[in-house]
Amino acid sequence: MTTFLGLPTHAPRGVGHLRGDRPFPAAARTALAQPQLRRNLGHATRTIRDKRAAVVAERDDWEELRRAGAAIKAATMARLDEHLERLEREVWARGGTVHWACDATEANAIVTRLVAATGVHEVVKVKSMTTQEIGLNEALEAAGVVAQETDLAELIVQLGGDLPSHILVPAIHRNRAEIREIFLREMPGVDPALTDEPRGLAMAARAFLRERFLRARVAISGANFGVAETGGLAVVESEGNGRMCLTLPETLITVMGLEKVVPTWRDLEVFLQLLPRSSTGERMNPYTSIWTGVTPGDGPQQFHLVLLDNGRTAALADEIGREALHCIRCSACLNVCPVYERTGGHAYGSVYPGPIGAVLTPQLTGIEDNASLPYASSLCGACFDACPVRIDIPSLLVRLRAAHVEERRAASRIPTLEQLTMAAAGWTMTEPGRFAAAEKASRVGRVLGRRTGMIGALPPPLSAWTASRDLPRPPAESFREWWARERGNR
Amino acid sequence: MRIALFVTCLADALYPDVGKAVVRLLERLGHEVVFPEAQTCCGQMHINTGYQREALPLVRHHVEVFEPFETIVAPSGSCVGSVRHQHAMVARRAGDERLAIRAQAVAERTHELSQLLVDVLGVDDVGAYYPHRVTYHPTCHSLRMLRVDEKPLRLLRNVRGMTLLELPDADQCCGFGGTFAMKNADTSTAMLADKMRHVVSTGAEVLTAGDSSCLMHIGGGLSRLRSGTRTVHLAEILAATE
Repeated sequence: MTTFLGLPTHAPRGVGHLRGDRPFPAAARTALAQPQLRRNLGHATRTIRDKRAAVVAERDDWEELRRAGAAIKAATMARLDEHLERLEREVWARGGTVHWACDATEANAIVTRLVAATGVHEVVKVKSMTTQEIGLNEALEAAGVVAQETDLAELIVQLGGDLPSHILVPAIHRNRAEIREIFLREMPGVDPALTDEPRGLAMAARAFLRERFLRARVAISGANFGVAETGGLAVVESEGNGRMCLTLPETLITVMGLEKVVPTWRDLEVFLQLLPRSSTGERMNPYTSIWTGVTPGDGPQQFHLVLLDNGRTAALADEIGREALHCIRCSACLNVCPVYERTGGHAYGSVYPGPIGAVLTPQLTGIEDNASLPYASSLCGACFDACPVRIDIPSLLVRLRAAHVEERRAASRIPTLEQLTMAAAGWTMTEPGRFAAAEKASRVGRVLGRRTGMIGALPPPLSAWTASRDLPRPPAESFREWWARERGNR
Repeated sequence: MRIALFVTCLADALYPDVGKAVVRLLERLGHEVVFPEAQTCCGQMHINTGYQREALPLVRHHVEVFEPFETIVAPSGSCVGSVRHQHAMVARRAGDERLAIRAQAVAERTHELSQLLVDVLGVDDVGAYYPHRVTYHPTCHSLRMLRVDEKPLRLLRNVRGMTLLELPDADQCCGFGGTFAMKNADTSTAMLADKMRHVVSTGAEVLTAGDSSCLMHIGGGLSRLRSGTRTVHLAEILAATE
């Protein structure tokens, strides 16, 4: 008998971006019908994939690094409460303020209140998946505050009225011609002669952003890591926009998922090697900013850390499923995933798309709200091989599928067609006589495909197969019949 | 050596020639093949679709059938992958630790065909003759669950009369994925389309692989396209002689 204490809870409905409006197969169908999107994604994922493979191959200790990363994460999760409390104490001790948010609603309320207290109506933002997860920009907008994204790709997404479709490269679904159109349409003061030449696009964004960096008084960031032993927070990035946001404004508010804590600086060393090679395919990322509390006369003089749960403790409660919390958001699994490469990120309906999204999102929201995601994988295993912290994503997907099936079974006593089929197949296959009889019965299929040996059309649900693929005509004799006939006397 | 053949339910029911080829091949190499007739299915489809409760009796049955044998072979990376990496897990999750230990023991004696030939029997030239233009698709579970690496290619390179053509993006999934091919038919088909494009680009007459399931998928697509490329299981090529 267990007593329900009200915790842990899942990420609440109606706030943030963890739930799509359609199941994955339907959303994927829409994405697959867009040839430009397919080309953009194919080109981009291949480029990053090749870069990653090249820099990973340079390290002969890559497997040891991965194992070290996995071990540190597992050990950290096992005592997450202690590390978080350490982090909290250290941040307070160095002049910062720590807030605990049990979910997206609470985190948004805290940040909105903090921004309101400063009296500003515009904040600059460092690229952050966590604030996308909780829908912070929308919450601030509702409170009359403009949240300006400053990462180039996030800016493209924001100006395009769009959502990120990739963890690292949020505008991966756009090509430069589309970006030019968005800038011309949405960017105030842009040069009308703008071309789709990358340097020109970057310079336009630079001019637009520079003005906002210089006038910003409040910045909002996420965090890649929080180092418990000193209370240091870390952001790694490529463009330097993050460095601007983290150093220029008077007030800095950081929203960090509570799984991002690492116990010590020595632990950070492992991840700072794993992350850039896995994400951008670089040996080292151009900017690594680490700040600790408040330093008088240098950088923001007000620092707030918001520690976000939003379903993470619920994931932690599952001793196997919690492996998804080891993710360092490198997005290597997206880039190698054959499903992601073809559907893009929006089909997943969550800010966390791809293989890691398919195991993380349902755990944050509760599986009933994202039941189609664990099935959005052919279990090819490429994600596991690419993961810098060795998250066994295929096994987690299978585990979540089992959890979903069990939940559905508990929810209704009327079995679905799939449940009946699986039960019947299981019954048939536990006994060789029944299996042999089923093989014989399948031979009625031999009325089909007589000319070519292949069957081209079958009724639903098998039409899902035959819509694009033929099926072989059942043979006249099964293997076991052949064996009994030829070798049965042995 | 006495080798028990786990033919797999798919080969038994739809591709009996694959099972016959394994028997012919291993006997030619001087081994004794036995077929435990009580065998059915490894339960992978159930496990991967989330029906672990239904899979448990299948796992137990498989363990009981194959427990008496020292060396077990299956012409499928995927089914061997399930035996090796899932059976003990299913038993353990159902709270049957004894079955998990027995399943693990059977798993360690179960080999995919190319693993058996190269690692256990120490052969990489099986004396086959196959005068065709062939390209090889390394199936995901052979590659990433079992790590068969270059073993099937080593075997294929020693086949007389054969031209082996390199498949571009060979390690990309064909989109089968068991019930994935039905539940996410559109995405599966998009993956298949790219795989077929690469297969056709090689100009091969024959696409081979170590898994009947992936070949059923790619072959079903190639047949629909009237591409003229046919699919043949690795075992059938290795069993072929002059």
